[in-house]
Amino acid sequence: MPPRFSLPCRSASAYFSKRPGPSVLGRLRGQHVDAGLSSPRRARAAPSPPEAQGVEGEPSISENQLLLSSAQEALATPGLHFTDGHGPLGPTGRGRQTRRMNLYGAIREALGTALGSNPKAVIFGEDVAFGGVFRCSMGLMEEFGKKRVFNTPLSEQGIAGFGIGFASVGATAIAEIQFGDYIFPAFDQLVNEAAKQHYASGGAYPLPGGSLTIRAPIGSVGHGGLYHSQSPEGFFLGAAGLKVVIPRSPIQAKGLLLSAIRDPSPILFLEPKILYRAAVEEVPIDDYTLPLGQMEIVRPGTDLTLISYGLPLYTCLNAITLLHDPPATLMPLLPDKLRPPRPISIQLIDLRMINPLPINSVVEAIKQTGRVVIVHEAGPSGGVGNNLAGELGRRAFEYLEAPIGLVSGWDTPVPLTFERFYQPDVIRVFDKLLETLSY
Amino acid sequence: MSFVLRTRALRARHLAVKPLRSGVTQVRGLQTDADKSSPAESLPESGSATFKVNLPGDSFHSYRCDVPDPEIEISKDGLVDMYHKMVQMRRMEQAADALYKQKLIRGFCHLAIGQEAISVGMEKAMTPDDRVITAYRCHTFAVMRGGTIKGVLAELMGRQAGMSHGKGGSMHIFTPSFFGGNGIVGAQVPVGTGIAFAQKYLNKPSVTFALYGDGASNQGQVFESYNMAKLWNLPVVFSCENNKYGMGTSAERAAMNTSFFTRGDQIPGLQVNGMDILAVLRAAQWAKEWTVSGKGPLVMEFVTYRYGGHSMSDPGTTYRTREEIQQVRSKSDAIAGLRRYILEWGVTDEDSLKAIDKSAKEEVDHAVEEAKQSPHPDLKDFWTDIYVSGRPNLSFSV
Ligand SMILES: Cc1ncc(C[n+]2csc(CCOP(=O)(O)OP(=O)(O)O)c2C)c(N)n1
Ligand SMILES: [Mg+2]
Repeated sequence: MPPRFSLPCRSASAYFSKRPGPSVLGRLRGQHVDAGLSSPRRARAAPSPPEAQGVEGEPSISENQLLLSSAQEALATPGLHFTDGHGPLGPTGRGRQTRRMNLYGAIREALGTALGSNPKAVIFGEDVAFGGVFRCSMGLMEEFGKKRVFNTPLSEQGIAGFGIGFASVGATAIAEIQFGDYIFPAFDQLVNEAAKQHYASGGAYPLPGGSLTIRAPIGSVGHGGLYHSQSPEGFFLGAAGLKVVIPRSPIQAKGLLLSAIRDPSPILFLEPKILYRAAVEEVPIDDYTLPLGQMEIVRPGTDLTLISYGLPLYTCLNAITLLHDPPATLMPLLPDKLRPPRPISIQLIDLRMINPLPINSVVEAIKQTGRVVIVHEAGPSGGVGNNLAGELGRRAFEYLEAPIGLVSGWDTPVPLTFERFYQPDVIRVFDKLLETLSY
Repeated sequence: MSFVLRTRALRARHLAVKPLRSGVTQVRGLQTDADKSSPAESLPESGSATFKVNLPGDSFHSYRCDVPDPEIEISKDGLVDMYHKMVQMRRMEQAADALYKQKLIRGFCHLAIGQEAISVGMEKAMTPDDRVITAYRCHTFAVMRGGTIKGVLAELMGRQAGMSHGKGGSMHIFTPSFFGGNGIVGAQVPVGTGIAFAQKYLNKPSVTFALYGDGASNQGQVFESYNMAKLWNLPVVFSCENNKYGMGTSAERAAMNTSFFTRGDQIPGLQVNGMDILAVLRAAQWAKEWTVSGKGPLVMEFVTYRYGGHSMSDPGTTYRTREEIQQVRSKSDAIAGLRRYILEWGVTDEDSLKAIDKSAKEEVDHAVEEAKQSPHPDLKDFWTDIYVSGRPNLSFSV
């Protein structure tokens, strides 16, 4: 049973209801907008940090239905390919084992599997030999030795370039940049060298077997502020030659990371850091991969396509649940055609790879629904949403019944105090769904 | 400089550039105690009159230059003032630690407990025209450079009364002569070089101290800055706070050369006992004279130690032993060292130091309470200060 939501909301995202057109939720929120948030007198009572909590009772990440909690579901993950060539029943025919793991555990599994199955693979980065700040390489140095899992100096540009060189001659380089926010010193190496080496050498490099994977945690945590919560993926959109992959869950992370490590193209693998601990699934323990470059339809639907990747997928699913099962307080504000029992059917897509975009399959999907809302945490400018919206607008114009909606962060630095307002919350997604459905 | 001292400096130089590879004793031959200076004459009656103090000759090692005379002039009031400030700064950092544990400070917070002699000692050698820039371990510098304890603590808590109006947080605090507070390791060093260029360009007799850590020393942009600064002879002192670890990695495991003062190639360098506040003060005075007189940049290494973890999420005991921390605390603590000077030299008595300790605590407690009363920024401040507003700036001053 999905937990029921209850309104009224204490949403501070009410503040952002300055959108064009009548917004159902905007009106609803109007009654609660200021509930103490902008009153200067609030200063007197010891002020507590404003919480942009969407809706009371919203499921936490760990309760979210996106996460697969049974071995059966896990083994039925679409596209899952066991490297030993046997299917979900395994070589014995008696099935495969899974283990409950959070996202950092799944990353660690993938890294261990990569090192164990490929003697040319090495892992390096700041403090990775000690496990890394998010523990993704915990115990690997002990298991595989100092030669294969080692710390680098504090030198992001150097780390990236070093990895490119190592991979170019046929080795498997797996580097960690400690936070996505620190990737900018490495930006030149990634965009100018890694992305272009294959093209510039007429396909000669990297030599066979060579592969570069750069992992980095991204996204907000509630209070990371200006340099620990950014989502820098949009900056890499123009870097043709560099693939950018963002997993949504432990099962996805292990399979996609193993695919990325075994893919000869340079890959930036960006991990939503809040999921490291919060997201727990039954992860198959054998060596498996998931297809790279394919989006996944996480929930089928016919009325609207909701597109996202990484962390906001959880918020998207919550918004869908809210729409399917609206609390009584919300009901009077819903237009007739959106009220139950008429089931509104929303398709949810996980892009999984944002550069290059799996554009053809997304176009096919939205042709079926005619309405699109895109959600991501990075700000709108130069982001995946606008990039995708442009492509969809050109390729599927005649199929669209409403303007393409975008719910994103803002074109501001990720603010320290208002980090939660920066993140798209369930209210903003829900509101955009209504707006787009009732257009 | 006397012949004896000169040979000692040469010997020190020789010692210091050898590859050295073991924990705390890495800086062989450098004095790291906080309390080995002694007065060269009897102390004057008056609190404001200065007297000479001899520093141990091994307070400094030099590279491509002579070491400063190990002698300093200081007044009794000056010593007491520095004591007061160091105690205040430690109290402030301890208060931040407590506020963090109460979840009133969130996110990233890096404390300088153990390293107080550097910000306080350097400040004594500086004028308001001098400029300072550092990384995220910045709270004490922000106060020394014209900020307030309340302003720092409120900023840490993300409150309007914070020095960046609650918008920057722990790592981003600025004053007219202090340029933060920077979260990206190494990024502040070229920025500081640009500030020094402005000082030179405008013929200001002032200097920029660009601080960074032993870990940051390995960033490419630090070397780019060295090159520009020497090429253009800029009044910048590249000041490495060598606390021996960059997060969990000891300097030896990250740097091919841990004699950070020798890493400027053509740039002269000075290694300084960063635990004796008088050595810090002497070095900063010397560096200021050097740069302001037009001799160009310096690379200065303050050998110091942080007692706590790297940030609040690091207990600080997994990559070093408790004994190591305890040894520095008990042998080299800068506050204890200055306290001993004050008592042994008869600057003032135990009771007045206790009174200072008490008032420093009260000042900080008071600042904590005031900062807590301040509200969070208004929601509308979420999108202010992004682009610089106003008319084109027609005046230029640094
Ligand atoms: C470009 C970049 N890389 C990594 C980090 C993460 N980080 C923050 S502080 C730090 C260690 C720096 O050590 P050091 O320069 O010795 O300074 P200390 O913390 O000892 O004062 C690291 C790795 C960062 N903030 N920026
Ligand atoms: Mg350090």
